[in-house]
Amino acid sequence: MKSSRRKFLKLAAVSALGLGAGRIGFLGDAPAGAMDIPTAADYNAPREAKHWGMAIDTTRFNQELVDTCATACHTQHNVPTIPGKKGIKWFWGANFEESFPTEHGHNLPEDVEHRTYPLLCNQCEEPMCVRVCPTQATFKRADGIVMMDFHRCIGCRYCMAGCPFGARSFNFQDPRPFIKNFNPLFPTRTRGVVEKCNFCAELLALGKMPACVEASGGALIFGDLEDPESDIRKVLRERFALRRKPDAGTGPSVYYLM
Amino acid sequence: MIEKALRGSPRYWGLIIGLLCVIGLGAGFWMFQLTKGLVVTDLSRDVSWGFYIAQLTYFVGVAASAVMLVLPYYFHHFKAFSKMIILGEFLAISSVTMCMLFVVVDLGQPQRMLNIIFHPTPNSVLFWDMIVLNGYLFLNLIIGWTSLQAFRNNMTPPTWVKPLVYLSVIWAFSIHTVTAFLYAGLPGRHYWLTAIMAARFLASAFCSGPAILLLLTLLVKRLTSFDPGKKAIDTLATIITYAMCVNVFFFLLELFTAFYSNMPGHMAPIVYLFKGFDGDTTLVPFMWTAAVLAIISLAMLIPYKIRQQGPALVTALILLVIASWIDKGMGLIVAGFAPNPFEKVTAYLPTVPELVVSSMVFGIGALMLTVLWKVALSVRAEVEGGNISMVPPKPE
Ligand code: SF4
Ligand code: SF4
Repeated sequence: MKSSRRKFLKLAAVSALGLGAGRIGFLGDAPAGAMDIPTAADYNAPREAKHWGMAIDTTRFNQELVDTCATACHTQHNVPTIPGKKGIKWFWGANFEESFPTEHGHNLPEDVEHRTYPLLCNQCEEPMCVRVCPTQATFKRADGIVMMDFHRCIGCRYCMAGCPFGARSFNFQDPRPFIKNFNPLFPTRTRGVVEKCNFCAELLALGKMPACVEASGGALIFGDLEDPESDIRKVLRERFALRRKPDAGTGPSVYYLM
Repeated sequence: MIEKALRGSPRYWGLIIGLLCVIGLGAGFWMFQLTKGLVVTDLSRDVSWGFYIAQLTYFVGVAASAVMLVLPYYFHHFKAFSKMIILGEFLAISSVTMCMLFVVVDLGQPQRMLNIIFHPTPNSVLFWDMIVLNGYLFLNLIIGWTSLQAFRNNMTPPTWVKPLVYLSVIWAFSIHTVTAFLYAGLPGRHYWLTAIMAARFLASAFCSGPAILLLLTLLVKRLTSFDPGKKAIDTLATIITYAMCVNVFFFLLELFTAFYSNMPGHMAPIVYLFKGFDGDTTLVPFMWTAAVLAIISLAMLIPYKIRQQGPALVTALILLVIASWIDKGMGLIVAGFAPNPFEKVTAYLPTVPELVVSSMVFGIGALMLTVLWKVALSVRAEVEGGNISMVPPKPE
């Protein structure tokens, strides 16, 4: 019932877009590099997986690359730029101590200490945010992606209390005036709802890779964790990887290659 | 019986009008919050719940505390509480209402609030909290009103009330347990992640709630001819004393677990509260005030000689209410969020709009309480003779 409702909405959106394929001028200028409005045909070859996951090659990350990926993500999803403690972040960077507080790493190798680690929602296997949400506005898809229905969220912020990774942001005010590059192909939010990274589910549906993965130049490896032949499984077999806060028991799908 | 609320002394009407003004002012600020969003609060990405949710937590305790009268009265036939029991039930009604209003003013999208009912989600504790709070409200409304009506007509309450009363006793424990479960069980929040959370909640409820009830009752006793009886006052004071001892004991258990184990995650929030963490000492003065007041109140409550004297009792109760309010209505929620998941602290102190909106909710609670108590006391005066219109009590 629920999934059929969502399928219907998706189909409806696709056909609406398909009928009106072309450029919708009145929506304003899309950011440079934004794609054309997809048609129904574009949804014929979605990227699918049993369990989407991400491996982050932390050796390649510095603040600059984090910023590049964050900009790609935030532009794709109309994430507003709000300074200060009420800000909204889908993709951001932090030092080792903040990223892995439960490791209490002392006397770390210098390069490990000086990397900037990209942070985003871990798309957990046992997501606490889904467990606590009273309206099912936060839900987990069969392919492991933890999604948000911005129209159902009542803004109780229980998910923010539940997430052990600080991966969620709340729209304390109308975000629209703070959007730098407006992407007409992704909705904006209203005030009073929570938001977070969605693994670019909307791009996967079009057969594309997530925006940050595209922007990372190979430093982010994205793929099916349940397929032993996938790139992500190959790299996880070869290199040592950490997951954040394993003691929280949420089972992150994001791996940090050290 | 409600017509009893419509006749009252100038002082009664003055109080009503005063409360309406407070409510009106707060409603104005709430409108402001509705148009601007929760940006008018000091909440942040890190401290995502604050003053509103803390008040919910505190007043759930006040509501649950009615059971401290109901239980001895119905289970142990402790008749001395007969005059106060209705006051406790009506206090519970107004407290639960305030709790629910605090959730509403805290929502980012209050107009979507019914989504909780349209999409029932049994895995979310908030869903169960809504159920138990509403249930408790209705139980107390039905029981309180029916018993009062029976009393007025000089009859024993109908037999179907009895099972409801027993249910309400269990229910009272459930509202505070479920509210504690809102916090306990979140893996990232060490201050809340403790099996004793629900027990601590109940202990603090059973001292602070009856303390507020007793203070209000003593106030009414002063202003009107209503007298709950010395035995009732003494017994309630004893209950409060025991509950406060247990409350403090439970907190000491938390200290032992955190500091003997030396686990950084468990120590950090307590260090934050009493010493400051990551350079932030916002709550330190408050928490030490709470600790000192708690000790003084216990020192005054434990010796029976001091406790049974009116002025000392009132002072001790006021100190106890302040201490428990700082602990639960300020420290508990913020320390759950500080340090945040990155072991950093983001400061939080309620803003003026937050406080004024809260005073709207307090005002609504106080208004309901005034009207309900007025009805209850008028009925009592009508049945037993005497009047409650501000006649000073007869000298004993
Ligand atoms: S990281 Fe947080 S928001 Fe993301 S799925 Fe896990 S619990 Fe939910
Ligand atoms: S804020 Fe929204 S998404 Fe988060 S728990 Fe509440 S309803 Fe669910």
